[in-house]
Amino acid sequence: MSAWLIAANKHRATRILDAEVISPTVKTFTFKDKLCAKAKPGQFLMLWIPGVDEIPLSIYDVNREKGLISVAVKRVGEATKALHDMKTGDWIGVRGPFGNGFTFKGGKALLVGGGVGIAPLTFLAKELAVQKISRTVVVVGAKTGKELIFLDKLKRLCGEKNVLAATEDGSYGVKGLASTLTESVMTKEKFDAVYTCGPEPMTRVVLDCAERFGVYAEASLERIMRCAIGICGSCTIGGYRVCRDGPIFNINQLKSVKNEFGVWKRDFNGRRIPI
Amino acid sequence: MNSERLKVELAGLSLVSPTMLASGILGYSAETLKNVAENGAGAVVTKSVGLKPRSGYANPTVVHVACGLINAVGLPNPGIDEFTRDIKEAKAVLKVPLVASVYGFSAEEYMVVAEKAVEAGADAIELNVSCPHVKETGAEIGQNPNVLAEVVRKVKGAVDKPVFVKLSPNVADISEIAEAAVKAGADAITAINTVKAMAIDIETTRPILSNKRGGLSGPAIKPIAVRCVYDIYERVRVPIIGCGGVTSWQDAVEFMLAGASAVQIGTAVALKGPSIFRSVVRGIDTYLRKKGFRSVKEIVGLAHRS
Repeated sequence: MSAWLIAANKHRATRILDAEVISPTVKTFTFKDKLCAKAKPGQFLMLWIPGVDEIPLSIYDVNREKGLISVAVKRVGEATKALHDMKTGDWIGVRGPFGNGFTFKGGKALLVGGGVGIAPLTFLAKELAVQKISRTVVVVGAKTGKELIFLDKLKRLCGEKNVLAATEDGSYGVKGLASTLTESVMTKEKFDAVYTCGPEPMTRVVLDCAERFGVYAEASLERIMRCAIGICGSCTIGGYRVCRDGPIFNINQLKSVKNEFGVWKRDFNGRRIPI
Repeated sequence: MNSERLKVELAGLSLVSPTMLASGILGYSAETLKNVAENGAGAVVTKSVGLKPRSGYANPTVVHVACGLINAVGLPNPGIDEFTRDIKEAKAVLKVPLVASVYGFSAEEYMVVAEKAVEAGADAIELNVSCPHVKETGAEIGQNPNVLAEVVRKVKGAVDKPVFVKLSPNVADISEIAEAAVKAGADAITAINTVKAMAIDIETTRPILSNKRGGLSGPAIKPIAVRCVYDIYERVRVPIIGCGGVTSWQDAVEFMLAGASAVQIGTAVALKGPSIFRSVVRGIDTYLRKKGFRSVKEIVGLAHRS
């Protein structure tokens, strides 16, 4: 019965301690939660916006000593808009941390983030810096330069020259897609592991690319989340539950679901919709 | 695990073990159902499906409380016409019976959905007349013996597969409801669905579930479920499928002693993963061997002797 004492699963109320504008559409929120502050890069939490919704968010940063945790939230719908309107001191609810997190492989790492998907990779970059792995290269992509986030922090963590950007409108860095830039980076240099998070068409291309180059890779996936503890079945891909078996999947797992990964997912009804 | 001792016949279905995946748990896709079956489940029950697509409630839909979960997911499903594809895919890979859980907002709807599910390949139908958190279906049908009997008759008249009726504990006398279902033709009774419950956050002073009220599952409701099975066993002569808080083989055995021919496992999948089936099935087998029983059927209802 001890499983019923799993503290992470339980709902906790906490207050927003800091809300910071990062880009026209992204804000970070910081709050105190001892359990989530122990999270590993790649794990996620469920954040309750009282009276509105509860949404899955990947973890952007933690301060283990102070028990603080930060998430990066892009305004995309009703729930995230309501959260963006909340202020320091407002109450929210938290469950988690959930999921597995990235695996550290050592050697040279390539991080590929699209949009707000760079958030968990920034947390990963911080951990990789602590572990003093030989080299971390980051490819960041966004539609426009204004939407590129955490660039300065990534440059501090990985070195100025190791952070490469791609924008669809060419307003910053290379004009084009992050996945295309990734391909050219991988052509020039051999990495020991690739970690990616962002829109699934992008992560799919990155994984296909890693396969061609014979490089180990992991991708963070997103599906409809309800229970976050592996029973409701809303977030399945193949036989996997994204909330429990993921959200990080390695290249071999993703090969086994290649007819689904980047192709289709289930909506709130459980209907299959194209990605 | 393949043991002769564990085999059961359940209203015409042959089960390799007396365990089933409960409805609402995983249960959309062929691969997840297959994974559960490969871990030893004798049958699997799909998520509840209705006539039309439903998106369910906004989150929070699940709250973890002491010894259980409260959920009000709101019966999300793609509607039977799309779901037939999932049933067909599941049937193609499953080696165990597939039970389709069905709900409707009228007897007619239950019938149409059940017919389509059977056409797609479902080996049996479980009528969800006990969901505690969606209005005008579920428990609102299963709490009224006359309305329930009408639903069961309609479905039985339309399909030639076994029909299970999953009952709500949120009634004054569950055995009376079970009797009404059996008189109307039910081939088995599943007992119980979740117990009406709620949780309130004390800082924001708000109910946590978006639907406010939900249904409690898990170890907290096991003693209630065992009593319900015991009561129903005294009243009807069709097989009973015990459900509610089964987390270990000991729980499964307890349900069977109370009168259950098989048990369903749901919430425990969250705690232990699909491998829960393996440990429960092994545990039951060892219990039977040590106690000198040749078949699991010998322990069904044994607690009624005393």
